[in-house]
Amino acid sequence: MDFDRIKEKLNILADAAKYDVSCSSSGSKRTNTKKGLGDSSGMGICHSYTQDGRCVSLLKILLTNYCIFDCAYCVTRKSNDIKRAAFKVQEVVDLTISFYRRNYIEGLFLSSGIFKSPDHTMERLIRVAKKLREEENFNGYIHLKSIPGASDELMREAGLYADRLSVNIEIPTKSGLKLLAPEKKHEDFMKPMEKVKNEIIQYKSESKLIKSTPKYAPAGQSTQMIVGATGESDRDIMYSSAFFYKNYNMKRVYYSGYVPISNDPRLPALGTQVPMMRENRLYQTDWLMRFYGYDVRELLNNDFQHLEMDIDPKLSYALRNRHLFPVDINKVDKQLLLRVPGIGLKSVNKILQARKFRKLNWEHLKKIGISMNRAKYFITCDAREKELKDVSSENLKQLIIQNSFSKYRKEFTQQLSLF
Amino acid sequence: MKSVVLKYDGSFPGFLTCVFNAYEQKLEIAEIIPEGEDQKQLFSETLEVITEDFKVQRVLKSLKKKLSSNGFTRLYYSFLSEIPGIELKMYDMIRYVYSSQEKAELDYSHPSVLDISKAAKQVGREKHRMEAFIRFRLTKDDLYFAVIEPDFNVLPVITKHFKSRYADQRWLIYDLKRKLGVHYDLQKAEYVSMELPEDIGISGGNPDYFAEGEIYFQHLWKDYFDSTNIKSRVNMRLHIQHVPKRYWKYLSEKSPFA
Ligand code: SF4
Repeated sequence: MDFDRIKEKLNILADAAKYDVSCSSSGSKRTNTKKGLGDSSGMGICHSYTQDGRCVSLLKILLTNYCIFDCAYCVTRKSNDIKRAAFKVQEVVDLTISFYRRNYIEGLFLSSGIFKSPDHTMERLIRVAKKLREEENFNGYIHLKSIPGASDELMREAGLYADRLSVNIEIPTKSGLKLLAPEKKHEDFMKPMEKVKNEIIQYKSESKLIKSTPKYAPAGQSTQMIVGATGESDRDIMYSSAFFYKNYNMKRVYYSGYVPISNDPRLPALGTQVPMMRENRLYQTDWLMRFYGYDVRELLNNDFQHLEMDIDPKLSYALRNRHLFPVDINKVDKQLLLRVPGIGLKSVNKILQARKFRKLNWEHLKKIGISMNRAKYFITCDAREKELKDVSSENLKQLIIQNSFSKYRKEFTQQLSLF
Repeated sequence: MKSVVLKYDGSFPGFLTCVFNAYEQKLEIAEIIPEGEDQKQLFSETLEVITEDFKVQRVLKSLKKKLSSNGFTRLYYSFLSEIPGIELKMYDMIRYVYSSQEKAELDYSHPSVLDISKAAKQVGREKHRMEAFIRFRLTKDDLYFAVIEPDFNVLPVITKHFKSRYADQRWLIYDLKRKLGVHYDLQKAEYVSMELPEDIGISGGNPDYFAEGEIYFQHLWKDYFDSTNIKSRVNMRLHIQHVPKRYWKYLSEKSPFA
C-alpha cells in the first residue's frame, strides 16, 4: 500500500463525505457465516464521536469527488474550485478491511460524485460492495448511496450486497430543488427509492416462502434533508419526512443543518450559523412521530408551522393541549402516559411495570428517574391532589424553562437523549 | 438469630454457593464479601464458603425458573460491577423474587431491584463502550492485540461479541487492571494471564512488536477522524459526554502518539 497517496485521497474524500450525517450501522441482521470476517447482527456501534458529537461508526468516504453536476448546496459541485481525487475500487476494499479488523469501524458508507453518468458511477460503487462480500467474505455493514438517475437494474444489484441504500433528497421542497439543483429532476430521486422499496417488499415475501432467498438491503433505506438552506418551514420538512416514512418505508430520515459552503446568493451566506438547535428539534419531532405515537399533524400544522426553539416539541404539544392533563400516573393508559413531558420511553415502561405492584407515589417516580421538574405539572399520583389548571400555558412554560435551565442545555444534543 | 458474614472466592459460582448455603442453613446474612476484603461488621461470625458445583447448578436452575433471561442477565451484570456490597443487594433481590408470586424482578419500586438494575445498566454501558473503544494493533506474529482497563469486569461478557465478529483472525484482549486476557486462536477463546512488556503501550508502542504498516493505519485512522469534523459544529461538551476523557488514551485517533 502506498500510504502517502492513500492518505491524501482519504483526506480529500472523507472531507467531502462528512456532510452526510447518517451514521447508522444497525438493523442489518447479517451474521457471520463460515467463519468469515465481521458480523452486523447486533446493534450498531459508535466507535468514536466527532467533536460535534456525531457518531463515527462507518468509514464514510466518496469514491470520487469529481462531479458533472453543479448543485448549489454541495461542496463537490462542478464549479467549486477544490482538489479532486478518486479511489480505485481495490483501495477502498483494502482500507475498509484494515480498519474493520482493528475495530475502528462497523463498515463502509460509500458515496460518490457523479462521473461520466449515474449508471457508470453506480456500477463502480456496486463493484466495491461485491468485492467486499464475495472476495473478502465480509459481513460488516455496507451503506451505498443510490445515485439519482441510476437504472433499476443496478439498484436491484446494489441491494444484494448493501445493507442499506439511501438517496439524499437534500432539499425538502420541489421548488427549492428547482432553484438549487436545476439539472436534477425530482423523479430522479424518487425512482431509485421506489425501486428499492419494491425490491425489499418482494424479497421479503419470497424469503417467507423460500428460506434461501438472498438478503436484499436488510437495513432498508434512508434519506437526508438539508435544513435551513431554502427558507422551508418545519412543517414542510416534517410533512416531507412523514411522506417518506409512509410511502417508501424509510428506516430513517436524517436532518442536516445547512453548513454554509459558498457565496451563492441563493443560499445563506458564509459564516451563517448552522441551525443546530432547529436540527435537534426536528429530530425530536421525528422521534415523537416514530416512537411516541404522535401524528405529524398534531405536532405541526397550518396554525403551527414552526417548532418552538426554547422548549422541546413534546412539552410544546402538552402546553398547547392542557385539556388532556393532568393525568393520574396510576391509571392513565400507555398512549397518554407517553405524552407526559419529562417521562421518556424507558420510564413509561418502568411505570407500567411498577404500578402493577403498588400504587406509585412521587418518591417512586423520582427513583424511576423521570424528570420531575417538567412532569410534575402534568401528572398526579392521587386524584385528590390539587391541580394547576389555573396557571396559563405561557406562565407554565416560563416556569419550566427557569427550573430546568441546566437540563435544557444538556438537551442540546444531536439525536439521542431526548426529553 | 445472629447474623453472619459469608466470605467467598470472588467468583460468580462462589456467590451462588453463598445463596445456596444461606437458604439451606437458614442464615441471617449481614454481609457477603469476596476473599481479600475486610468485613465491616465487627461482631458477626464469618463463615468461609467453598464453591461447590452441585450447589451452583441447583441455584442456577431455580434462578432461571424464577427470573426472565433479561432478569438473570441483570443479576449477573450487577455482579460484574464489583461494587462493594453488591452481593448483599443481589441476595436481597433474590429473596424478594423468591418470596413473590408475580415477576417481581420488574418491581422497580423495590430498592434492591432498582439498585441491581442500575448496577447492571452501568456494566452494560461499560460493555458497550469496550466493544466500541477497543483498538486492535496487529503484531509481528499476526495477532490482533488490544489492552483495556475497564471500570467493571466486562471481559467475560465481551468475548462473545469479538468471537463472532473476528472469527477469521487471531486476537488477544488484555485487561490491565485485572491482569487477565482472552485469547482467540481461530477455534476457541480462552483466558490467559501473562506479563506484558512496558513499551508495548496502549496505542503506538514499540514498533519492534508490531507488523509493518501497523502505525500507518493508526495514522490513517487519526487523519480520517480529524477530517470528519465540521468546524462550524464543534461542541466539545457533547463530545466529552460521549467519549469521557478517561477513555481517550485507548483511542489512537485521540492520542498524540509519535
Ligand atoms: S450530483 Fe451529488 S455530488 Fe454532484 S454536485 Fe450534486 S449533490 Fe454534489
